[in-house]
Amino acid sequence: MIEVLAQSAIDDLTSNFWVSLGLKTVIVLGFFLSVPLVVGYMEHKVLAHMQARLGPMEAGAFHGWAQLIADGVKFIQKEDVVPTAADSTVFSLAPAVAMIPYIVTLVVLPLGPTAWALDLDVGIFFVLAMSSVGVIGVLMAGWASANKFSLIGALRAAAQLIAYELPLVLAAAAIVMQSATMSLVGIAEAQSNYWFVLSQPIGFVIFMMATVAELTRPPFDMPVADSEIIFGAYTEYTGLKFAFFLLAEYGGIVVMSGIASVLYLGAYQALPGLSFLPPPLWSMGKIFALAFIIVWLRATYPRLREDQLQRFAWIALTPLALAQILVVAVVKVAVR
Amino acid sequence: MVQPQIDRGIGQGLVKGLSVTLRTMLRPAVTVQYPHVKPDLPARTRGVIALKEENCTVCYKCSRECPDWCIYIDAHKEAHEPAGGGRARSAKILDRFAIDFALCMYCGICVEVCPFDALFWSPEFEYAEYDIAKMTHEMDRLDEWTYTVLPPPPLEVGAEETPS
Repeated sequence: MIEVLAQSAIDDLTSNFWVSLGLKTVIVLGFFLSVPLVVGYMEHKVLAHMQARLGPMEAGAFHGWAQLIADGVKFIQKEDVVPTAADSTVFSLAPAVAMIPYIVTLVVLPLGPTAWALDLDVGIFFVLAMSSVGVIGVLMAGWASANKFSLIGALRAAAQLIAYELPLVLAAAAIVMQSATMSLVGIAEAQSNYWFVLSQPIGFVIFMMATVAELTRPPFDMPVADSEIIFGAYTEYTGLKFAFFLLAEYGGIVVMSGIASVLYLGAYQALPGLSFLPPPLWSMGKIFALAFIIVWLRATYPRLREDQLQRFAWIALTPLALAQILVVAVVKVAVR
Repeated sequence: MVQPQIDRGIGQGLVKGLSVTLRTMLRPAVTVQYPHVKPDLPARTRGVIALKEENCTVCYKCSRECPDWCIYIDAHKEAHEPAGGGRARSAKILDRFAIDFALCMYCGICVEVCPFDALFWSPEFEYAEYDIAKMTHEMDRLDEWTYTVLPPPPLEVGAEETPS
């Protein structure tokens, strides 16, 4: 009797709009502030071991697990420098503009058949629109810094994001055509029989490449090419603002890996015979596997030149993505 | 003449690169966790320059050959009467011998030029200080470092023994 009452009380409480809104906000923020740190630590360690090193070993006593927390504390302590010539309002606003889109994107990311904050009908559209807002933050940072390296970096980032947004959207469009829904939960549900990576392997490769380019990660890291333009748009940033840009980068890895896992790897759908593992574990496993691949690419490939990068997007990826859409459309109509 | 056949499929190099990094990751790292684990250095490591004080004749060769003038030598002359009579003989007595390791560039010229085997390469290496002025190490410290110097290697077969 008491349990039933307690259960109904909990149901009443969570069905209250404001309570559930607050809970979801806390969970999404907590996710955004913790999982990217795990990915960042993984990058430290994986990158180190791929170079026959150990990586952080001291912070937190056990294999340097607290390294990123220590880094965060360090960033907080640093002086917050705003260059004299900088446009200080825009300069200070830029890290938030770069970071918030990824937090917002997390809202529609399904981690289990019932574990999502919001099931938008236009989920994938919302995600792609939000992920391209981040570049405005980079442009703002580059322009407001009043630094030539920052400006070059920001313009490179803008050019790169425009170039790679197209194959990204086209690859996602092919998935939308196959699953006949734009809702991320719907796309995940549509893969209960088989993952879309099996029917659209080329699309998966295009999407992952475009994702790496979107995040300006190596080998597509021309916008922050340290040997040429110091650190691109982030050159003038210090302390907490710089930490926000870093958080946006690692949050971006988590979010884009999450989106890729929803589109191609069936999100929380288990492999046949392994469905005894809970769905959120599958989601997180796939996100970390894709994040590992992104780190792996960084450890392996040298940076592309700016012209190679643009040519690769416009001559290779975009036509390939268009061809993929064509094939998917033809098959879709023929099968029906 | 047979041309070496270059037959690489598209992306084969890319896959090879990925396999290299993955294999490196799965192998144990070569890093030595230094403060926790002492490095396994060769016995004749050139870690620091040590001084065997008794062998020094204060000839100043080392300090004059030193390219960056990091060797400090102070000495005075003492005269003493020989036991069998005759004129007084003077000898140089070493008062101070110090090497400023903040300046030293470990060229080893002093060790080479020392005519009386007073300077040695020692495998010690843990003499860092928090103050640059403390990097000038004095005689007593330089002498301690000789304890870990190995005896010279045996002469080559057929080499002429120097009369001792």
